Amino acid sequence: MSKVLVAVKRVIDYNARVRIKPDKSGVDLTNVKMSMNPFCEIAVEEALRLRESKAVDEVVAVSLGPQQVQETLRTALAMGADRAIHVSTEQQLEPLAVAKLLAALARREQPLLCLLGKQAIDGDNNQTGQMLAGLLSWPQATFASKVELDKAAGSAKVTREVDGGLETLSCQLPAVITTDLRLNEPRYATLPNIMKAKKKSIAKLTPQELGVDVTQQLVTLQVEEPAQRKGGVVLGSVAQLVEKLHKEAKVI
Amino acid sequence: MFGLGLLARAARQHQLQCTVSRLFSSCRPLAAATDAVQQAQPREQLQYDLCIVGAGPAGLSAAIRFKQLCKEDNRDLSVCLIEKGSEVGAHILSGNVFEPRALDELFPKWSEQQGEGQAFADLPLRQKATADRFYMLTQGSSIRLPNPPQMKNRGKNYIISLSELTRWLAKHAEEQGVDVFPGFAGKEVLYDWHNAVVGVATGDMGIAKDGCRKPSYTPGVDLMARLTLFGEGARGSLSQSLMQHYGLREAAGASPQTYALGLKEVWEVPEEQHQPGLVLHTVGYPLDNSTYGGGWIYHMEGRRVSLGLVVGLDYANPSLSPYQEFQAFKRHPLVAATIVGGTCLQYGARSLNEGGLQSIPKLAFPGGALIGCSAGFLNTPKIKGTHTAMKSGIVAGEEAFRALGLADDAGKKGPITLRNYADRMEVSWVYQELERARNIRPGFSKWGLWGGMANAALSTYLLRGREPWTLKHRHADHEATKLARDCPPKDYPKPDGVTTFDIPTSLYRSGTNHNHDQPPHLVLADPGLPEVVNHPQYGGPEAKYCPAGVYEYAADEASGRPRLVINAQNCLHCKACSIKDPRQNITWTVPEGGGGPNYTIM
Repeated sequence: MSKVLVAVKRVIDYNARVRIKPDKSGVDLTNVKMSMNPFCEIAVEEALRLRESKAVDEVVAVSLGPQQVQETLRTALAMGADRAIHVSTEQQLEPLAVAKLLAALARREQPLLCLLGKQAIDGDNNQTGQMLAGLLSWPQATFASKVELDKAAGSAKVTREVDGGLETLSCQLPAVITTDLRLNEPRYATLPNIMKAKKKSIAKLTPQELGVDVTQQLVTLQVEEPAQRKGGVVLGSVAQLVEKLHKEAKVI
Repeated sequence: MFGLGLLARAARQHQLQCTVSRLFSSCRPLAAATDAVQQAQPREQLQYDLCIVGAGPAGLSAAIRFKQLCKEDNRDLSVCLIEKGSEVGAHILSGNVFEPRALDELFPKWSEQQGEGQAFADLPLRQKATADRFYMLTQGSSIRLPNPPQMKNRGKNYIISLSELTRWLAKHAEEQGVDVFPGFAGKEVLYDWHNAVVGVATGDMGIAKDGCRKPSYTPGVDLMARLTLFGEGARGSLSQSLMQHYGLREAAGASPQTYALGLKEVWEVPEEQHQPGLVLHTVGYPLDNSTYGGGWIYHMEGRRVSLGLVVGLDYANPSLSPYQEFQAFKRHPLVAATIVGGTCLQYGARSLNEGGLQSIPKLAFPGGALIGCSAGFLNTPKIKGTHTAMKSGIVAGEEAFRALGLADDAGKKGPITLRNYADRMEVSWVYQELERARNIRPGFSKWGLWGGMANAALSTYLLRGREPWTLKHRHADHEATKLARDCPPKDYPKPDGVTTFDIPTSLYRSGTNHNHDQPPHLVLADPGLPEVVNHPQYGGPEAKYCPAGVYEYAADEASGRPRLVINAQNCLHCKACSIKDPRQNITWTVPEGGGGPNYTIM
């Protein structure tokens, strides 16, 4: 039975207004709406489309973190994932730890494909998919805007969004693919599917059971708001501009 | 159950005629009409014993009470609750000084179980009111007045965020087995051949602006229920259609409902300006003597301050902008002193009922009932509606349980009417309160500010609400608007960006968002009317009263004449346009579920 493993992350809703905690230790998460990372939603949608086109048989959603990530897994199940795995930990997870946990899971589940969002909108690290491929020694195709699976040949053709335009490459399966914005438009979770999702299983694992050490390697020293944008000033003459560039901006 | 579904579908085929004709009258191309015919295909149905529309205090109290009784009686009845906001609490906005009377009935002894790890440990009732103040404001000063007895909150009531409380109630409801579905909008009421309500249809998702289906198109579902409770808040879209369908106002001989628009902000203020527990109310400036309303400043916990202005929507001057009046309120020295140096966290606006007892329609109809502000139980002089909404939810939940239990035991099928719900409400403390308060608000529309206050004093102190007369609401709010040429135009100063802001900045803080690629949910019965009536005769009042900047008049490129532009994406779901449009040309319909404001601490 061929599977695709989709990793989803519970992050602050893309629409929510964010504030820094008064002690500058991080972002204030109290009373803030949380949802599935938009790129992860696109990954789930792509996995579901692969299953609907019979390229794979099963879609398995995975999330890592405290008890609340089960809400995100329920959303993935409501969209149509077959089953879910919750790796339970209270520890703050860094991209490398996530990649190690997903690698351990991939070795267990033996999927044909690992689908991840290209980055999470809270960390913006853009590292997990790449590190996962490295740990598994699997080929990787990141920033995918189009995915075509050739089951018979055991390869995937992926169009990537790069700075210069679009790059199309082909890689052997199993592979890691990370999704970019224009890959697809995620489907809505319908009420009947939400009801069905309540009955689907969420398997629970811990990092210890997977044999992964998730202690933090990095310490956040301070989180600050970006500098307030100052209003623009209308100048009267070129001489004034030169003077301001020299005296205030100090660039000439 | 299958038969019932067929009946509902057949009933909707008939309604489809109306749907198609509605489509033609709004600004949508012909392609949409054929889609409507396609949509007559059978939709998926979900079956429930009780369906509740709206995850507000009324709806959640009804669901929780229902499940409590199910547990006591060992009956397994199913309840679902749909909410158009993206999460519970996202569309809830309220002052709010909370009277825990109904909460005490729903959870007796909750205050004794607030220790760590106990059931009510994280119930968000953290700040008790410690002081009450009442001021009359003039342009530059404030005069302290004695507290009206309705405003005595000290030591009894809590200053809360209703968004937080409803989120807590929803979590509790889910734990009790209620299916809570945020992100799903009730689009249409479903009727059967007996003209009874048999459920609610949720809206289709993934329809493009021109009415065609997008690749992500997902049809809504028909939520079939033996009983449906409507708790959509003031001027709810389905409640309005129910009142029209069954003639609920006429049946009760009720006056038209009157409303006010409440604009609110939550600020984080410097420590020195924060007095936790202070409950402050104002009358007077910036509103003139013929415009009803008042302001509030409530000091919550954690350096947070809730402040806002309530403006009666029966104001006469069409160039009045409640949003700008709110900015003027913030400029007043009394208010500015509290918020200067602070940060505005959230902004929002919502209409509230002011009609009181006189405007309550017939509450129950075959297959369902109205609860909470959809019916209109807000106590205007107290400006509290949460406790009465919760009580109506509790009573409705109890009566629903009883009625379903009786029907099950007797093996009776067919529509159920909650006759006892209305009877019990009439003898409850809700009606006692509203009875005592009934003559206060109408006095202000009859005699202005000073006459109103004199009448209020008479009714409150001397006659204590026992006067034998009941002042009626003479007209609906939109009928009170005078022509633009008969009123002095109102000029408002520019915002300073520190304590006062322009609408786009405030809108950003409400977190409001809609998928832009959907048909506009604000439907004009006559699309040409704004250019012929609203703009020339009234100066385009919708551009002034909308607190979200949805309506704008822009010069048409071809003709140079002003044309109404509707930025439906900005909508805060406040319903002011539905209430105040001079010819009632605007119908507020529900947009795609999950859109709208995202209040978290309002």
